Amino acid sequence: MQAWRIEVLVRSDMPDPAGNAALRSLHQAGLTGITSVRSRRGFLLGAGLNAAQAEQVAASVLMDPVTDRYEVLAPEAVPEPAAKGTHRVSVLLRPGVTDPVAHSVEKAMRDLGLPAVPAATYKAYEVTGTVDAKALAAAARRALANDVIQQVLPDQWPAGMPGPGGAADLQVQEVPLRTLDAAALVKLSQDGGLALDEAEMLAIQQHFRAQGRDPRRMELETLAQTWSEHCKHKTLTGRVRFRDGAREHLYDNLLKSTIAHVTRTLDRDFCVSVFVDNAGIIRFDEEDSVCIKVETHNRPSAIEPFGGAGTGVGGVIRDVLGTGLGARPIASTDVFCFAPPDMPAAQVPAGCMHPASIMKGVVSGVRDYGNPMGIPTVNGSIHFDENFVGNPLVYVGNIGILPTRRASKQPRAGDFIVALGGRTGRDGIHGATFSSMDLHTESEKVSSGAVQIGDPITERKVMDAVMRAADEDLFHAITDCGAGGFSSAVGEMSEDLGATVELEGAPLKYQGLAPWEIWISEAQERMVLSVPPERLDRLMTVCREESCEAVVLGRFEPTGRLVVKYGGVVHADMDLHFLHKGLPVRERQALYVPQQHTEPSLPAESDPRSALLAVMADFGVCSKEWVIRQYDHEVQAGSAGKPLCGVRNDGPADAAVIAPKLGSKRGVVLSNGLNPRYSRIDPAAMAECALDEAMRNSVAAGGDPDTTAVLDNYCWGNTRNAERLGELVRATEALCSLAIAYRTPFVSGKDSLHNEFRAGDRTITIPGCILVTAMSVIPDVGRTVTSDLKRTGSLLVLVGTTKDELGGSVYYKTKGQLGANVPRVDARLGSDVLHGVARAVQSHCVLAAHDLSEGGLGAAAAEMALAGRKGIRVDLDAVSALAPERSLFSESQSRILLEVAPDRLADLVANLGPAPHAVVGSVTGTDRVEFTRGKAAWCTATLAEVERAWKRPLDFDGTLVPEVRP
Amino acid sequence: MSKPRILVLRAPGINCERETHEAFARAGGAPEYLHVNQLIASPSRLQDFSVLVVPGGFSYGDDIMSGRVLATELKARLGTEITQFVERGGLGLGICNGFQVLVRLGLLPCTKGRLEEEVTLTHNLSNHYECRWVTLRSQKSRCVFLPEGLTLRWPAAHGEGRLVPRDAAMAEYLHTQGHVALCYVDADGRPTETYPLNPNGSPRGVAGLTNHTGRVLGVMPHPDRAWLPTHMPDWRNTALAQGAVPADGDGMELFRAMVRVAAAEV
Repeated sequence: MQAWRIEVLVRSDMPDPAGNAALRSLHQAGLTGITSVRSRRGFLLGAGLNAAQAEQVAASVLMDPVTDRYEVLAPEAVPEPAAKGTHRVSVLLRPGVTDPVAHSVEKAMRDLGLPAVPAATYKAYEVTGTVDAKALAAAARRALANDVIQQVLPDQWPAGMPGPGGAADLQVQEVPLRTLDAAALVKLSQDGGLALDEAEMLAIQQHFRAQGRDPRRMELETLAQTWSEHCKHKTLTGRVRFRDGAREHLYDNLLKSTIAHVTRTLDRDFCVSVFVDNAGIIRFDEEDSVCIKVETHNRPSAIEPFGGAGTGVGGVIRDVLGTGLGARPIASTDVFCFAPPDMPAAQVPAGCMHPASIMKGVVSGVRDYGNPMGIPTVNGSIHFDENFVGNPLVYVGNIGILPTRRASKQPRAGDFIVALGGRTGRDGIHGATFSSMDLHTESEKVSSGAVQIGDPITERKVMDAVMRAADEDLFHAITDCGAGGFSSAVGEMSEDLGATVELEGAPLKYQGLAPWEIWISEAQERMVLSVPPERLDRLMTVCREESCEAVVLGRFEPTGRLVVKYGGVVHADMDLHFLHKGLPVRERQALYVPQQHTEPSLPAESDPRSALLAVMADFGVCSKEWVIRQYDHEVQAGSAGKPLCGVRNDGPADAAVIAPKLGSKRGVVLSNGLNPRYSRIDPAAMAECALDEAMRNSVAAGGDPDTTAVLDNYCWGNTRNAERLGELVRATEALCSLAIAYRTPFVSGKDSLHNEFRAGDRTITIPGCILVTAMSVIPDVGRTVTSDLKRTGSLLVLVGTTKDELGGSVYYKTKGQLGANVPRVDARLGSDVLHGVARAVQSHCVLAAHDLSEGGLGAAAAEMALAGRKGIRVDLDAVSALAPERSLFSESQSRILLEVAPDRLADLVANLGPAPHAVVGSVTGTDRVEFTRGKAAWCTATLAEVERAWKRPLDFDGTLVPEVRP
Repeated sequence: MSKPRILVLRAPGINCERETHEAFARAGGAPEYLHVNQLIASPSRLQDFSVLVVPGGFSYGDDIMSGRVLATELKARLGTEITQFVERGGLGLGICNGFQVLVRLGLLPCTKGRLEEEVTLTHNLSNHYECRWVTLRSQKSRCVFLPEGLTLRWPAAHGEGRLVPRDAAMAEYLHTQGHVALCYVDADGRPTETYPLNPNGSPRGVAGLTNHTGRVLGVMPHPDRAWLPTHMPDWRNTALAQGAVPADGDGMELFRAMVRVAAAEV
């Protein structure tokens, strides 16, 4: 379809930051010979406008009259070829990919009273220099576009509007499977992208044989979505036969007998709702509760980092929004695992994006979804390991607040099924089942349909509408459309009831979707509500006022059946009991085989200063300021403890402190713990350390271990492999036994179990990871602390015990070693430390506190000194009897470094109680970090040296370490 | 004196309305939310208010450019009412995205009393969004409620905050005619273009503008995130030095001043 083509460009006398960024990206992609790039923002407007109207839109809507100019190309016009020595590249969205800006252009044209014509957007770049057109196009495909969602047109303007969707296939398709043998059933599952195994396909066959008919396609797709690993967690909720040496144990339901068992056993009174809703809910104050959920969005982020991470954020926000009868999201937490961003390109397997590109894409995806939503991203961490190269991990978490009386929900017979929010498109078909398959070299080609692009403003409208509807009690139940789309949302809500759905009314992004596609599409920004008939009108009014689209999709009925029609024709008529309970119980074998590792025989450290600086410059330890600053961590004005602290706001915080009810001092401390590297030695150590670190981080900021709830988020390799699953069971057992000791209930969790990448004959498996997220409710955010040193003359007190535990440490890593003595947690000692430090903070005798994790005492002490811009002197002989480098870099758990005023030392010691502790040093007035042996200097570095080493590795803009600071 | 009524405008993507509302309530005003759809449905309601506030956020996703879509809507559907509101002496405040909206609408700096775009707030030189605390100093300006010489620390959080006048003459006019109300400053209190003190590269450190009547103010950094004592990044150090946390954060000065002026005129 022909269209007006309007390109807006920054005037030549104005800076063009987007063009400069494109030039940098093309250079980084290896393109030489280009000297400048000017960016152009392209718009396509329907040919129904006349020339004056097109000019009006360009001048008054599309361009900035101060900085920009524009060029218009009429629908039938042919563009002039580019001038000699210049090229242009157009980057267009592929058909069907969400284009949120287009809707805003259409809205602005409506506001101006112009004819209703469609709009679309694209980008273009004007490139100057001596360059081969083909090489430019190839580089542009890598550096300026993502092939999965965009196409690059070299030396061309777009011809017209993206093509329409085509006619829909509305036929009811039957899938003949009653006569197939097992092998044919498996092939049917594979060819259809259903991710169902033989036992599951056989169960489906048996069910439909009993019905005397074959399943319709929509029914089979519904089963595949509902039974997916993503939705049912069938490995972790299945039967697991575990062997560890001579010990053998049969877990009937792994999750129930481990994680959920902890929560049941502890039976903490602050738990309001656990493991039943979208998010775990705990009590906040007399009226309100807080809920928390952490999700993973690894697969989509591997192939389209920006869209994958953004829609991950959007999804977990909807989880919280759909918790109870609607919770208001108050904070986000994001944890990522990548391969090192300096990995040589030759080491990156075919089919993988470079880790630096993935990291930048993920960070901007989180930024461009979370910030517009108006939800602060307050906490997170980033971890690096070569084996994340094919499977980056993107953990996205969200916290919400809701009145406790709204904590439970139940649809009722006769309620309308109302869909709210975004329109349905072909995006995200088979996302739930895609996430259950292994990634391989061709994944980015075969799975592009699984990629979604987010539209945060649509979600914000949904949030505004849902919050008002919740306050007016306009619905009986709510859930989000996540994996499986409507099929999962309506299927779950109708589980104990029944429903009839008419899909013809579902608003579509474009025509051409078959009914089964509408039913399982994972298009974003949609929620489903159960609305009593007498509140429907009011709900529709609220949605209209909030500019949020809402339609009735059907009704809940007490039939026990899920009936889905399109234009009155039945496309699915399913027994809900079979849908939800018919999944065969899976049994998996798990075998734990201990890894054999040895301690390296390293010479005594000969250059302690360089060793310290190398540890500070490790990607895992170094400053994440480049990332943190791109997130809004202040919106909603709840922040009382920020992600960066200290006199120049550049020190790392252990945890976030938020006071969500403005004017009330009551607050939440949010923290996390994860160390993938320990998993290479012993997954049990990794799991314990994750929980201990999350708890240390919490109390170091002012959290209370007695009011803390935790979440477990698994990312693992292929658990069909008995040894991988054995590692998972071992990690789980260790995690649960420590959780019992710490009295921390699990309130929610998630798993992502197929994180393997096949590149030729090589399989890359991620180190098994459990992210532990901790949330503590505290009465007064005024009794919290930060990690920056406050006063010259203070004493430094190390709480905890330092052992020869450098296995998996950053220090060993800087020496090219892994080691064997991985840190383990002593539950008794750990509990004493957590409670002792928590008491001390409450008693106001702690000026600063910082947990010891990656990089040990050396990293923690240097970070505290840098954050406060105050020198320190620490006597390593007071830390332990080990060699000085071991005292400095041991990663023994359950340790926290405290700053205390000398006249409060006795108070501090009294509060610490049985927790072991030692005065190890003091805050000096110098500009140096000094570690000594007794009075003898051993390792000295200036604060400026520490700052440079610590800030440089992830300083992608080159602005964190300016030569001269004011 | 009765409490002045303050309209806190809502719109798709505006997301700082709650903290802005609470800040005005704490300052003694009577804030009310009104969605732009509700206001368009009955435009005369605007005249019931003493103060119009456009809070921060990402109105309509900041699609096309920051503030553009909401500004187009306000101009097309409520342009007359908004002009009347200002002409009869209503006070106005735009924070961050709200400032961007008022600039695109032409309500700021509005040197001639006409709704036209005289300046822009465009992409930060870093080419990305950035959230950081900045130090500001209120300048000698026409603004009737922001006194000169206050040093204020508020967080900035934006990707398009570089204030560029349409030409050199306009730049000069803004500075000489008292339209520049707030600047990013260095340790000596001088306006600065040095990153990161000035987070976006705004020429001559301009962070906030007022209009010709001095009754409308737009600011890029967020006073609405700096009005409780525990909002301030170093409140613990302040408490140590002074023995207690202060009563307010730095942003409260602005809200109290606006409510004071509005109340005196109610």
